[in-house]
Amino acid sequence: MKNKEPLILAVVIFFTLVTYYLVEPYAHHVMHKHVESEHFAYADLPAITKTGNAENGKELVTNAGCTGCHSIDVAGMPAPMDAVMAAQSYGVNPPDLSNVGVILDAKFLADLIKNPAHALNVEHKFDVSKGQMHPMVPFYGMGGDIDQEIADMVAYLQSIAISPDEVTPAMAFENACGRCHAVGYEKWTQIGTKPAFKHEKDGLAFDIKVMEYQDSLKAYMGKLPPDLSMYIRSRNEHFISTLVENPQNHLAGTAMPRVGVTAESMDKIIEHMENAGDTKRHEREAIGKNVMIYIVIFAIFALLWKKQVWRDLH
Amino acid sequence: MAHFTKATSVKDWLDQRLAVNKLEKVMMSEYWIPKNINFLWAMGMVLVITFVLLVVSGIFLLMYYVPTTAEAFNSVNYTIMREVDFGWLWRHVHGVAASVVFLIIYIHMFTGIYYGSYKKGRELIWISGMLLFITFSAEAFSGYMLPWGQMSYWAGMVITNLFSGGSLHADGLVEWIRGDYVPAQAFLGRFFMLHVLLLPLAIMGLIGLHFGALRIPHVNNQDGEEIDFDKESKKYLDGDKAGSKVMRFANDFMSKDMMVVGIFLIFFFYLVFYNYGFAMDPVNFDPADGLKTPTHIYPEWYFLWSYEILRPFNIDLGLVLFGFAQVIFVLLPFLDRSPNTCAANRRGKAFSIWFWLMLVNMIVLTAMGKLPPEGIFSTIGLVAAIVFVVQWLALPIITSMEKKV
Repeated sequence: MKNKEPLILAVVIFFTLVTYYLVEPYAHHVMHKHVESEHFAYADLPAITKTGNAENGKELVTNAGCTGCHSIDVAGMPAPMDAVMAAQSYGVNPPDLSNVGVILDAKFLADLIKNPAHALNVEHKFDVSKGQMHPMVPFYGMGGDIDQEIADMVAYLQSIAISPDEVTPAMAFENACGRCHAVGYEKWTQIGTKPAFKHEKDGLAFDIKVMEYQDSLKAYMGKLPPDLSMYIRSRNEHFISTLVENPQNHLAGTAMPRVGVTAESMDKIIEHMENAGDTKRHEREAIGKNVMIYIVIFAIFALLWKKQVWRDLH
Repeated sequence: MAHFTKATSVKDWLDQRLAVNKLEKVMMSEYWIPKNINFLWAMGMVLVITFVLLVVSGIFLLMYYVPTTAEAFNSVNYTIMREVDFGWLWRHVHGVAASVVFLIIYIHMFTGIYYGSYKKGRELIWISGMLLFITFSAEAFSGYMLPWGQMSYWAGMVITNLFSGGSLHADGLVEWIRGDYVPAQAFLGRFFMLHVLLLPLAIMGLIGLHFGALRIPHVNNQDGEEIDFDKESKKYLDGDKAGSKVMRFANDFMSKDMMVVGIFLIFFFYLVFYNYGFAMDPVNFDPADGLKTPTHIYPEWYFLWSYEILRPFNIDLGLVLFGFAQVIFVLLPFLDRSPNTCAANRRGKAFSIWFWLMLVNMIVLTAMGKLPPEGIFSTIGLVAAIVFVVQWLALPIITSMEKKV
């Protein structure tokens, strides 16, 4: 009798693959909106036309009052208030400016200084005509050419920042996302990494500060932004990076601002999220390869055994 | 009392006390299997291996899993996935095996239907097999609750709601099942117990029954031929191995079982390491939140066809048809009135069409069960659900008109 097994196997594989295609790639394609990456070009923001002077920029940053709210640790300028009090005043703790020059896009920084709600893409929430002011005060100029002044300030922020190779995944994440999002699995809270306390009451005191901060954040954002520990598994890389690039593309009307990271910073943010939610990925790949080799050898031996046993049966 | 002599070997010592020689013959060397079968007959062994993988990985996971609503999610995603050595591996093996076991069950089931392996004294094999399918479904569902993610919580909510019986409004029954008004600690605790104790025990008992039911009627073969096992096995034992229509289970058929298992495991471990997403839904990596319903709630892929029989109708009719879909497969040996036991394609046009339509239609139902019930998808789903019911109602009629082949 003709051997029908290859045909039977083909039928089984065919129906299995059709089912898989329909319930996985096809169904997800239908259920989830696809958002193309804009490659972090921020095409809607005006280009910087002037060449900035960092020296002038330093003076402008000092005189324009930036440090009234922001710290610049590398320049020895501390935060005027702690994170909890800052959040009570502004809704969210204003970031330290030491490394924004390398983590954030230059065009974005320039637009942010001039028109925060526009750069952050939250004009639906902060409409000046309705008296809804964004907590970050726009820079109105110091009397000279405002575009030149802004270019100088951006040049200054870039000049004090560390080099791009020195930006760690955690640093990129904490700067861009970490003042709203906790990452419990990395002990990260909105007010910083939770230290190991010797006394329980110190730990509880820290937790209370986090909760107070979160209360302000909740009032400011509408709800508490989610903990991102497992987001690399519950979402995926493409979703996260296109969401960060422009939250409105995914969730029209969301309170989440565009944070203006560069493409390089985005890669680091993703890496940090993998370090939180998919820590064993390298081990998985290494062990996967060995298991596959082992199991193929097992299958070859099983095949040879079958051939030997069945030689007498025909 | 039996007479014991000084043992000549360890095996003899055991044989006098446990009759291991007899046992080996009954279970292995003189358990006769027809030769006229193909690799689909190895699915039973593939299922045994997958079940063993589930039990072993489950035991490891059980050492660290914490069945409380506060800690369940973190014990899985932090402790097991990050802290415990190879915890991630056991979890992926467990999750992927839980999904793949249903693929093999469906292949096994459709093999049985195609070759008529539920007829002529094999009814109990089929019935015990379908009872296994139902307990495996309960096992899968209860296990899905345990990571206490968004899909655990909301699938638990939706499925337990079904017990209110639509217009019967048996809300008291739903509360009794949950032990609370919503899925909470009492719910998680009892599903944990079901998953790790009661249902595995039931499954093991049913596997015993399933094997036992196979013993007397023997395994079916590709042509549904009635084999004289006494005559053929004698031929084999007298040395005419090639001329006999039967072979030993071990090592003859087991060597082929192992070959198929080897190939299956290549596929299985490929999924475990490189393509596990289908078995571990992303939505369930968000912790359970009773105040936030996910945009799309859908069961795992292997429940989708019956979910889609529930969905297109109003709640009462939907529930009736859903119940119908759950039990109707069990009754197959009694609904098939045909005298023929052979491959579906050789039983005449009517049954051949019935078989392939059933297979294709269940895939259509599966796909529509996942897709959002909008526009063309809900129409296709409705038609497919009606076709499913009509096919089962028509089965006794078309099979009683079938000619003897």
